[in-house]
Amino acid sequence: MSSIRKRLPVHLVLLAAGLLSLFPLYWLFLTSLSPAQYVVKVPPEVVPRELTFSNYQRLFDTTPIVRWLVNTVVIAGVITAFHLLFDSMAGYAFAKRRFPGKNVMFWLVVSTLTVPAQVTLIPVFFILRTIGLLDTYPGVIIPGLADVFGVFLMKQFIQTLPSELEHAARLDGASEWQVYTRIILPLSKPALAVLAIFTFNRYWNAFIFPLVILRDPAKYPVQVGLATLQGEFNTDFGMLMTGAAVAAIPMIVVFFAFQRYFIEGIRVGGVKG
Amino acid sequence: MLRSSASRVRLAHAAVTMGAAVRRHVWSYLFVLPTFALFVVFTLVPVVQAFVLSLQSARIVGGDFIGLQNFVTLAEDPVFRQALGNTILYSAVVVAAQLTLALVVASLIQPLGPRSQTFYRALFYLPLVNSAILVAMVWRWIFNANPYGLANTFLGVFGLQPLLWIGSSDQALAAVILSAVLTIPGGGVVLYSAAMGSLPKELYEAAEVEGAGALTKWWYITVPLLKPTTLYLLVVYTILAFQIFERVYVMTNGGGPNNATITIVQLIYSTAFQFGRYGLASAMAVVLFIMAVAVAVVQFRSLRSDVEY
Repeated sequence: MSSIRKRLPVHLVLLAAGLLSLFPLYWLFLTSLSPAQYVVKVPPEVVPRELTFSNYQRLFDTTPIVRWLVNTVVIAGVITAFHLLFDSMAGYAFAKRRFPGKNVMFWLVVSTLTVPAQVTLIPVFFILRTIGLLDTYPGVIIPGLADVFGVFLMKQFIQTLPSELEHAARLDGASEWQVYTRIILPLSKPALAVLAIFTFNRYWNAFIFPLVILRDPAKYPVQVGLATLQGEFNTDFGMLMTGAAVAAIPMIVVFFAFQRYFIEGIRVGGVKG
Repeated sequence: MLRSSASRVRLAHAAVTMGAAVRRHVWSYLFVLPTFALFVVFTLVPVVQAFVLSLQSARIVGGDFIGLQNFVTLAEDPVFRQALGNTILYSAVVVAAQLTLALVVASLIQPLGPRSQTFYRALFYLPLVNSAILVAMVWRWIFNANPYGLANTFLGVFGLQPLLWIGSSDQALAAVILSAVLTIPGGGVVLYSAAMGSLPKELYEAAEVEGAGALTKWWYITVPLLKPTTLYLLVVYTILAFQIFERVYVMTNGGGPNNATITIVQLIYSTAFQFGRYGLASAMAVVLFIMAVAVAVVQFRSLRSDVEY
């Protein structure tokens, strides 16, 4: 009791800071649920008097938002699935195996971790144009498999696993592939969970790359679609906030379901905000 | 492990072991092949190509080698200078604010119980799972120039006149910066509070014997010991801030009145993909690359000096 009372000011400061950070989200949902006449009211109403789903009805009727959400799930989902496979394979090789050139390869990979993605944007655009993948899903997905954060994460984790099980499996006649699938993968589940959450979140939110690669609005992921809504609805903030709300909800649900993996992901090097 | 067992049985099983070693190497390369091939094609080669393109007059079709002409053009271009200045000003203010906020919030969380800590970490991280686009859309709504904009209402509470915010060339950049500063950097909070959990207790006990107060201990023990985390966050946040694009693209329709909020990445995007001047845009990308590398090198050197000390 006394400790709570003593710390009350600290809790109040932290809660105030947290609510300030969350306020834009609150304002987003509130605006999306407000009838049109309240959206442009002076002064605006911070506590709602009347809520409606009419903006949502209008959004689903007049925009391909559902299509955009499905596109995003497919793009982010496929990228995540491939990262889980490829990054754990490479992470295992870099962590546990010896082979000529290993250090050079790993050093090359890690040295590009701080290169801003926009540096490679134009050359990658040219490459995709050359092989005819502009304005296609593979064109958005394949370059997404080249980022190396996950390799680094998996290597760091697999390094901490004991090697005895691997050796025992080999003595029992397991092939190298079986060592990876039956020993390494099951033991790596915690790291794979972090990687899955992080990768999915990152590609759910990707913007500039799909914006540049895709032309056909039917192929847009939701972030690019949202940006085009601005051109269409300009200052119809009720509609714009509703679009943003629909794009926000899935990620918020994922966050509440897998919170601790997000927090763990930051600690292993995924700070982005 | 393989090597030591191989040496023990070398004479008897030389041929067999050699075969096994080769097979294992082949497996090793197969394991890294997908990642490494993708990395070479879509990261390593493009980085090199960015440099090559920056020396060309590449437009929508074709391009010639023109040496450093693109960089001369950039140096003389007032819009690029504006973009560079805006990016650096935005980064300096936002990163300073983020580091301060993360450190203060993490320090406030530190003495609390584990359940409170978990709660606050989640609270501060939740706003950050959302995309920059979506967040920028809300801030565009908050900072819009109309009197019914929320920022103007807030000013009205204090009897201040409404501002034009993103509608004015003087205030648009300030609005963009404010929108970034007003979000607690949850990633930094998590990292700082993880680092604080592992600081040595002895120093604090010694300081208490000397009669040091909480604030003295924080400033003279906690803050200096957190230097590696501070440097890491400084680099990560600075490189992220250099890449500011979505906020500007959404809040100010890609540059604001009189290019008031134009940034390097925004200008790369419009120069390449709206005007087709790929060579010139690549030169800007090279400038961005050099800025990021410079920041990373500074971190590396200060960490090294730390080890010596």
